[in-house]
Amino acid sequence: MAEQPAGLVQGTLDMLILKTLDLQPMHGWGIAQRIRQMSGGVFEINPGSLFPAFRRLERAGLLDCEWRISENNRRAKYYSLTKIGRRKLATETREWWRQVAAIGKILESVS
Amino acid sequence: MAFLRNLTRGLRGLFRKESVEHELDEELREFLDNSVAEKMRAGMTREQARRAAKMELGGMEAVKEKMRAATWESWIEAFWCDVRFAFRLLRFNAIFAITAILSLALGIGANTAIFQLIDAVRLRTLPVHKPQEIARVKIEGRHGAGGTFSSRYPDLTYALWEQIRNQQEGFSTMFAWAPAQFNISPGGEVHHVQGLWVSGEFFSTLGVEPALGRLLSPEDDRAGCGSAGAVISDSFWHREYGGERAVLGQNLVVNRHPIPIIGITPADFYGVEVGRYFDIALPVCAEPHLNGENSQLQSRIAWWLSVMGRLKPGWSVERAGAQLRAISPAIFEAAVPAEFNPEGAKHFLDYKLGAFPGDSGISDLRASYETPLWLLLGLAGLVLLIAASNLGNLMLARASTREKEMAMRMAVGAGRARLIRQLLAESLLLAGIGAVVGTVLARSLSPVLVASMSTENDPLFMNLGTDWRVLGFTAALAVLTCVLFGLAPALRATSVAPGLALKDGAGGLSKRPTRFGLRRVLVVSQIALSLTLLVGALLFARSMNNLAKVDAGFQRDGILVTDIDYTTLKLPNEGRWQFANELLKRVRGIAGVQAAAIAEIVPLSGNGIAHDIFMGDSGAPEGEAPVATFNRVSPDYFRAMRTALLAGRDFDERDAAGSPNVAIVSASFVKQFVKEGNPIGTRFRVRRLNQTSAPFEIVGVVKDTKYDDLREQFQPLVYTAIAQYDHPDADAQILIRSDLSLYGLISSVKSVASEAHPNLDVSFVPFRTMIEDGLLRDRLMARLSGFFGVLAVLLAVIGLYGVISYMVASRRTEIGIRMALGAGQPNIVWLVLREASLLLAIGLSVGTALALVMGRTAMALLFGLKPTDAGTFVMALAVLSIVAVGAAFLPAFRAASVNPMACLRNE
Repeated sequence: MAEQPAGLVQGTLDMLILKTLDLQPMHGWGIAQRIRQMSGGVFEINPGSLFPAFRRLERAGLLDCEWRISENNRRAKYYSLTKIGRRKLATETREWWRQVAAIGKILESVS
Repeated sequence: MAFLRNLTRGLRGLFRKESVEHELDEELREFLDNSVAEKMRAGMTREQARRAAKMELGGMEAVKEKMRAATWESWIEAFWCDVRFAFRLLRFNAIFAITAILSLALGIGANTAIFQLIDAVRLRTLPVHKPQEIARVKIEGRHGAGGTFSSRYPDLTYALWEQIRNQQEGFSTMFAWAPAQFNISPGGEVHHVQGLWVSGEFFSTLGVEPALGRLLSPEDDRAGCGSAGAVISDSFWHREYGGERAVLGQNLVVNRHPIPIIGITPADFYGVEVGRYFDIALPVCAEPHLNGENSQLQSRIAWWLSVMGRLKPGWSVERAGAQLRAISPAIFEAAVPAEFNPEGAKHFLDYKLGAFPGDSGISDLRASYETPLWLLLGLAGLVLLIAASNLGNLMLARASTREKEMAMRMAVGAGRARLIRQLLAESLLLAGIGAVVGTVLARSLSPVLVASMSTENDPLFMNLGTDWRVLGFTAALAVLTCVLFGLAPALRATSVAPGLALKDGAGGLSKRPTRFGLRRVLVVSQIALSLTLLVGALLFARSMNNLAKVDAGFQRDGILVTDIDYTTLKLPNEGRWQFANELLKRVRGIAGVQAAAIAEIVPLSGNGIAHDIFMGDSGAPEGEAPVATFNRVSPDYFRAMRTALLAGRDFDERDAAGSPNVAIVSASFVKQFVKEGNPIGTRFRVRRLNQTSAPFEIVGVVKDTKYDDLREQFQPLVYTAIAQYDHPDADAQILIRSDLSLYGLISSVKSVASEAHPNLDVSFVPFRTMIEDGLLRDRLMARLSGFFGVLAVLLAVIGLYGVISYMVASRRTEIGIRMALGAGQPNIVWLVLREASLLLAIGLSVGTALALVMGRTAMALLFGLKPTDAGTFVMALAVLSIVAVGAAFLPAFRAASVNPMACLRNE
């Protein structure tokens, strides 16, 4: 299985990729940049984990891909969300917030 | 949808590999370029940026490998890769590969061939429409009532068949059938083909459609139908008529009666009897016409038919059986033969009919060959086990030579699972090729097996097509052997600690002894298994030898059994013996004939007569009576058979029709019936069904002889004078003892027969051949188990040799030191032999126990010895020990002849 970059909670890389693609189709470099920007530079995504994750999500039917010409006039592989991918993002997000809330409660009660 | 996409992308990955790889490259390069550009913007030089970007990515190839690993097709690819690699390795090691494949192919081939036979005889269903609806009707647990029994399945009489057909409810249609031999020769020497008597419903019930013309229907099967019409099989059509379509309407000659051919059955239809085929099928109603006075159809005591039917929808075999049981009293009441005596009739009326599954047809081969075949499969399985452990041994040896290679690969990052997978791919490749070659081998082996179960008079036919059961069996064998010989070595080879193995310690004194243990276990089990097989082989060989040598009471060699049939002369009863006697005199006149005699029953031919015996010559015989077997013979019979006359005289010219009844009895008869006093002159009467004879007087006593079977105990046997018999058959069975060549004798007999009358049917069979045909099963067991035994010993010895050689090689240094310190050659030889003897001793004791257990299954097949026969075990132990010690001597001498200095210098 793909390794997780340091500092990233187990199993969240897939969710972050899906979230990034929720707005518009993007290519690999773009996705990595966007995650870094959105996280305020906290998450440095290791491309060695990113690309295998693309392939895995694509095979699971969550991502679709096509070759397009990128903004700097080169052929690039653009990934986009499929219907299943969108549904998956929704359930994962819900699940995430539920867990965060639960963990939050535990932490508050302890402190 | 998602699944479909996954599938198509995966397939694209497999088949359009280049473009997919290209896209992978392009995608990553695009990312890298972006990364470099960004880092340059941040102020790095191009070189620095490129370096940093690559560091971030962590190696293009590694990333690509990870991406590939995320897909299912990568598994297939990796597997394919492993197989190709394994193939290359095997090609470098051609001798190893060929040995491995051949030994596996032999093992798998033998197993598959035997399983194919079991499949054909036991497991397959009939190739007819909905075979699961077919059931067989017969009497449950029959005993007591007599009659004449003929055909292989004498289940019912014709009268019973008619009653069943009219009164049963569970079957939509039923049919009766019987196998028979038809003589298709127009005259002269008899030419027998495989015939079937079938009732009119036979083909329609089975759902068989004609390949040409039409098949027999109920309209063809009417009482007194005479020469109605014959249906021939596809194979007969091709064999006799070259597949000519104009054959319809042509006349066949069957038992000298012309019968028109009306149709041909499809190529895959062989009847309902598995293991047999038919050439000609005739309607049952034609039987009286063809068999004349010997007709079975009109006799209520003739048991010759087998009855089957197709169950009505919703009726199970059990329900149909229950209905038949319920109507049994009425059926047997209506068909009871007038000829029965009260006891016989009582048994007959007590009979109950039952229904039995008929989906896989019927076959007498099951009773005679099922146990032998399973036993042979077991033996073949052991051979395969030995072959697999031999291979396992070789693989272990290879594993230890590849230790460093494995260590190196693990050191550079290969996972253990990956290496095991690759080693197993090698085993799987071997097993796979072995299985394929084995299947091809089986295809030529199984017909040989069938042929060795066939005789000229009883040819077998088996549908040996490869069905899913056979394929599954072979595939399972391949996988099983692969795991057996491949898994342990693969685990061993990869269980090294890389650092330790790479340090050049291997070959020195520090050799880990555990590595060697598994190979010892394998050799011990090989020896144990091969001892078991050797014991089996010797048991069957000795049993066969006992059968060949057993005192049958007569001498088997030098007798020609000749049957001269003069039915066509239409002689009245009174003239028949005269004619037969005339023939006999002519045969005796042939120069070189030492003795000739006519006999009603040829011993061991499968025919027999048995009647009730009442001692004394008066009183009304009643109740159950003891039974003796009978034969009717002419004078000189005992001289021709070389059976010793113990007391009294042989039959002669005085014993003719009208003179007092005389009999010659066997020693067992005297023991059972006469008990005390002089047997000569003792009188007894004979009851056949409800008829009791006039008294017979014993005029002679002869030695006991075998009657039905060489394996039987001697039975009381009565010989009566054939000249005194009042219902002689219209044929003479002449036993001719002569030392002429077979060919010369046959042509002389033919010419004297045609001198007597030009229109006779003559057939011949050497007595010895007839007896040997009866020992087919024993010979098959002896030959095959012998073959397996030799193979097993060979493989085990090779295994032992390999292990001992390996041991010697790995202890070279030690041996060198011992010799340098003064050990002599004999000490070294003993050192090595001690090791071999230990393995041998353990193997032999385990094997002895195993053979004792396995022997029980062979009990019923052996003659004249027990499966625990001490002599056989001693012989097997001795043979295996000698061969094994011989195999160990070779490496032992090699060890003793090493030059100690050379050895030590190497270290």
